[in-house]
This record gives sequence, C-alpha cells and structure tokens, in this order.
Amino acid sequence: MTREGEARMGETRLLFRHIDEPGLASIETYRRLGGYRALPRAVHDLESQELLEALEASGLRGRGGAGFSMGKKGSFLPRGEMEKYVCCNADESEPGAFKDRELMQKNPHQLIEGCAIAALAVGAAYVFIFIRGEYWEVADVLDRAVAEAYEAGYLGADVLDTGNRVELVVHRGAGAYICGEETGLLDSLEGKRGNPRLKPPFPAIQGLYGGPTLINNVETLSNVPHIVRNGAEWYKRFGTEQSPGTKVVSVSGCVRRPGNYEVELGVPSREIIFDLAGGPAKGRRVKAWFPGGSSAPVLTEAELDLPYSFEAMAEAGSMLGSGSIIIADDTVSIPKLALRTARFYHHESCGKCTPCREGTNWTAKMLERVTRGEATPMDLDIIASVQEKIIGHCLCVLGDSMAMPVGSMVSKFRAEFEEEIRAAASSASRPGAAGGGRPGELDHSGFDSPLTAEVEAV
Amino acid sequence: MSGDLRQPAHLTHPTDELSAAERRELIATMRPEDAAGVPELHEVGVPDELRELIEEAMGRYPQIRSASLPALWAVQRHYGWCSPQGIRQAAAVMGVTPAYLEALATFYDLYHTAPVGLHRVLVCHNISCWMNGGDELLRELCAAAGANPDEAGDHGASSADGEFFIQGFECLGACDLAPMASIDDRYYGPLDAADAVAAIEALRAGEQPVPEKALSRRPAAGGPEPDPDPRVAEAEASANPAGHGPRADGPTGDDSRGRGPHG
Repeated sequence: MTREGEARMGETRLLFRHIDEPGLASIETYRRLGGYRALPRAVHDLESQELLEALEASGLRGRGGAGFSMGKKGSFLPRGEMEKYVCCNADESEPGAFKDRELMQKNPHQLIEGCAIAALAVGAAYVFIFIRGEYWEVADVLDRAVAEAYEAGYLGADVLDTGNRVELVVHRGAGAYICGEETGLLDSLEGKRGNPRLKPPFPAIQGLYGGPTLINNVETLSNVPHIVRNGAEWYKRFGTEQSPGTKVVSVSGCVRRPGNYEVELGVPSREIIFDLAGGPAKGRRVKAWFPGGSSAPVLTEAELDLPYSFEAMAEAGSMLGSGSIIIADDTVSIPKLALRTARFYHHESCGKCTPCREGTNWTAKMLERVTRGEATPMDLDIIASVQEKIIGHCLCVLGDSMAMPVGSMVSKFRAEFEEEIRAAASSASRPGAAGGGRPGELDHSGFDSPLTAEVEAV
Repeated sequence: MSGDLRQPAHLTHPTDELSAAERRELIATMRPEDAAGVPELHEVGVPDELRELIEEAMGRYPQIRSASLPALWAVQRHYGWCSPQGIRQAAAVMGVTPAYLEALATFYDLYHTAPVGLHRVLVCHNISCWMNGGDELLRELCAAAGANPDEAGDHGASSADGEFFIQGFECLGACDLAPMASIDDRYYGPLDAADAVAAIEALRAGEQPVPEKALSRRPAAGGPEPDPDPRVAEAEASANPAGHGPRADGPTGDDSRGRGPHG
C-alpha cells in the first residue's frame, strides 16, 4: 500500500483536527491546541438547561448507529436531585467500525471533555466509559488521560472549584458484541451478563442502577466540546440541515487506503470510497458495499452516487449506522460473505430471545449448506423467510442486524446464490474435490448435476 | 506454563452435542463445592496483590458488583486464566458466590476458563480481514507456533510447548489493519506470511513482535494534517484573538500554553 505525501481532498477535519500531532493524547498538547476551553465555559457560564438547549439546537445526532438527537435524548432525563449517570458507549464491536478506537487512542481528552460537559448538562455525578476489552492498549491511553484530567481539576469532587462533582471511570468489557446494545451495556456495567432489557422503561428514565442514564457514543460526545465552544449556529454550518456536523467514516474491505476519514455528511458516497479510500484494486469493481457496518443491508455499484447521509441511506433501504463502509469487490463471493456475516451474529447472540438465538444459528447452518452444495434454491426462500421472522421480534436488534444484511444479499444477489449451490454441488460430487475457502473462487468446471434442471426451473 | 492445555469438551461444544463419554466425564467433574455459598476469606488464601486490585476496583463503583469484570480481569492477569481457585478468591473478596463469577467468565469471550498458552494471539476472521486473507494469516501463525489451525479457528488452541494460544476471533475493530491480530493485547497489521513467522520468532526471543506494524505507530489514513477548513480556522482564530490569551481555564492558572493558534 502506498501513501501519498499529502492530505486528499474531501476531508473536513473537526474531531480529527491535529490527529497525528505528537503528544495530542497528553493534557498539555490538548490544551495548547485549544482543548479544555469548552468545559470551563460549561461549568462557569452556562446552566445545565442552556447546555442541553445548545446541544439540541446544534442538531447533533448520535453517531453510534441510531442517529437520534443527542440534546433531545438528554432532555428526556428527569430534572431534580437524584442519582443520574452518563455512559459513554465505547464498545465499538460492529464489523467494519473502528472510528472510536482512533478517536480515543489519539485524542482521549476531547472525549473526556465531552463526557464531563454531558454530565453537567444532565446533572450526573458519574460517567462510565465502557470500552471493549479488546481495546486494552486504548483503555491504557484513556486511563492515563483521565488521571491527568483529575490532576488538573477537570474531573473529581469539585470540578474547577465550582462544587460540581464529576467522577469518570474507564470500564473494560471482556468480549461481547451485545454489550454495545445500550441495555446490554448497562447490565454488563452492573456486573452481569450483557443481556438486553425490555424497553420501556428506557435508560433515560431507568438505566444504570435504576437511575436516569444518558448513553452516548464516543464520537457523539467528542463533538460536544466543539459545539459548546463555538456555538450551535457555527456547528450547523457543517453537513446537511438534517444531519449537521462531520462524520468520521471507517472504510475497509477491498479498498486501497482503508482507514478513518472525517467528512461532512451529505458528500457523495463515491467520493469517500474512491477519492479518499482509493477504491478497489486496479481492474476490480465494487460489487456490494455495506454503508453502515455489517448490520446494514448491502447496496450495489449502482448506488455509489448516493449522498452519504442518514436520510439518503434510509431512503435506499439501508442505513448509515455507525458510519462504517465495507467494500466487497467483484472477486468476493456473496454467499460466502453472507455466511461470514451470519456466523458473526450467531456467535454474538446472547441467547435471551428465541428468534435471534435460533434464527442466527439456523441461518448460518443453511448458508453452510449453500456453500457445501447441499442446498436447493428452495432453501434460499427459507433463508429469506427466517430473516423476516427475526426482524422486530426480539428485545434488541442484534437478530435484525443479521437478518437485514443477509436478507438483502439473498434478494439482490439471488442468481449468485443459485450459481454457488450448483457449483458447490458439482465440485462436491467430484472425488477429491474440496470446497475452497478463498473469497469468490467458484469452480464452475465440470458442472453436471441433477440439480441443474431444478435450478433452471425456478 | 504447565498443566493440561486441552479445553474440556463442555467448554468447546454445546452440551447437547457431547458424546455419551464426554457427558459422563462432565458429570464426574461436578463437585459438591460447585453449589457452595460465598467462601470465607480465610478458606481461600487470596494473594495480597490480587486482593488489593479487586478491592480497589470495588471502591471505584457506586455498587460493588460492577467490579465483577475488573475482578475477573485481575484473576486472569494473576493466574493466566480464570482458574476455579482464582474465582473462589475473587468471590470471597467481593462477597459473591463463585458461581456468580463463573457465569460471567463463561459468557465473555476474553476470559479463559481453561489454561492457555503464555502469549495470546487473537486473529480477526471477520468480514474485512477475511476478504484480505485473515484465514491464511491464522494458518500461518498456527504453523509457526505449532498449534492446530482447525481448533484455533473454532475455539482457540495452544501450542504443545505452552508458549502460544492462538484463536480466530470475531471483529477486533481494526478493519483498517486487515488482516490483523491482537498479540498480548496489542494490535498489529496488516500482517503477511513473513510477519506471522517474524512475530512468533520475536515472541519466542522475548521481543516485541513486528513493531513496525503496531497500531500505535499508524498515522491517520488521510495523510498529514491538511490546512484547516475555513470554518474551523475561523473558530480557532476567534478563540485566540491576537494579544488576548484565553481565559484562565484551569485551577492551575497556567494558561501560557494556551496562547496563540497552533501552526
């Protein structure tokens, strides 16, 4: 992989400003570059109600996947004296997503400042950053930064000598995708298995330890200092009317320059995938792409010119999610991609709800049959119908997160599934033949199977 | 590292897939003390260092059960795995039953409920890594370390010499490094076949594996810092107008470092 010695057009760096400045993770450098200007303003000059109004006026939408207005979410918490909590969701475990990792690793104080302001806005004395256990080295960076922030008086029992108490605890998870689901996260933080809860009550009313709880993603909270420092009107000059601000987009898969790119929402998807991330290797084409992590229904080459925004992705029948683009080029077998996707959700299903536990299990098994050549085209209809029966029938959306992409692959690439069944059946029937594991290596030679007639009749 | 590195069957297969022999073996391992209540501290002999770590974690949270995951991390770091003895010790310190902590240790993927090799190598086999050769990387690491690649891909496998534990893992959140691996809690990638051999050899020699592929050294994908966006530049200029330092923004009163826009 080659890197050109210049920044490429199209990036708008706000959260990623000075991202590779040596020492940015230290409090001195963060302050030298303009950090910790918003927290003093929040604590000295603004009432918590004004903070919430500023956040709502900015139009900042949650960057963790749901895209819900952060200010509105904060305003759902009851006012008054009671134990309230802020949880920062840093359990980034969605395949394709790795933006929070870089934000925390390189600029931890931006997040800490955002967490402290969020705590002041909703009147919480405790903030928990729930970081996935796999990010151990990033959690070490956070631990050091939190210690510095305590030392400087930005956190603790008496924030900047104002009598406000904000304690911040970095909590390491231990490997479970389900803990990224907000109520699973709360259970895990309470020292239980990460099983989602029935909603309502929503966490804003009854969350951690039964108290009102604001849960926001790392990137969402990292936006907060910029809004408080420069104002909601200034913030709304970025992005689109419905999706203001920038978005850190993780691009990976079959692209030449995988990585995180900060763009304004609403730029053409093609620009992110080709101009920034370099597009697929020479001579290859985009076959399918996930616009919002592995939970998003896949889009095709024809949809590359859509603007990259919450609305446009929803209109196209997919979602922006956490803003993670995964590219599969024309060498990748879609049935094998579907199998990888299904296996992940099967592994991660917590097992609490039957449609998800059994649905992910059987989808993975049926897709294995497809790639082994033991399926018939009718199985594709069964796979599609299983997906429909998962969606909306569980306490959380983990099952839906498999059903949507797998369902979209079967419907948009059905011919390829049928071809895979034929090819796998014919290679399995040859003595000594083994089903290859490489993406997309379909052996179509020697195809002669009784399935032919059946497949072609469909 | 000594001890049997083979995982008991009931930890690697759903129990309804066990053979009759495996089922009998599992039942034979069930001990009366599994149903025991909260152990007394004097019964379990907690090492001071472990006890301090757990008590410190208990003090960090409004409710002590929140310290369960940190307590299991402390046990695993102390013993190399979440051993029954370590779990009993943590349970005694926290005042919960061993079963309460065992239920957590078996739920979360990163806790080991059987002894494993000294160096832990988790190889991502999810979508982006798979498309970029993650399965091949897993096999190459296994070949270099002497671990069974099929077992490693399924539930993890330790090398016969006890030096390595290699496991195919779900998305580690580093698709930009694809194909990548987490080696002793540090991320490395993208790794090719030569890197796999070099990493294993370095670990055997007690050195850091492939440091040039470490995540901590990787710059942002978009390249060096571009000129600021005009709107960002405007905000930075108005925050630091010439001749006016920012307000004293910390109790230290030292705002000299905050003066002047950077670059």
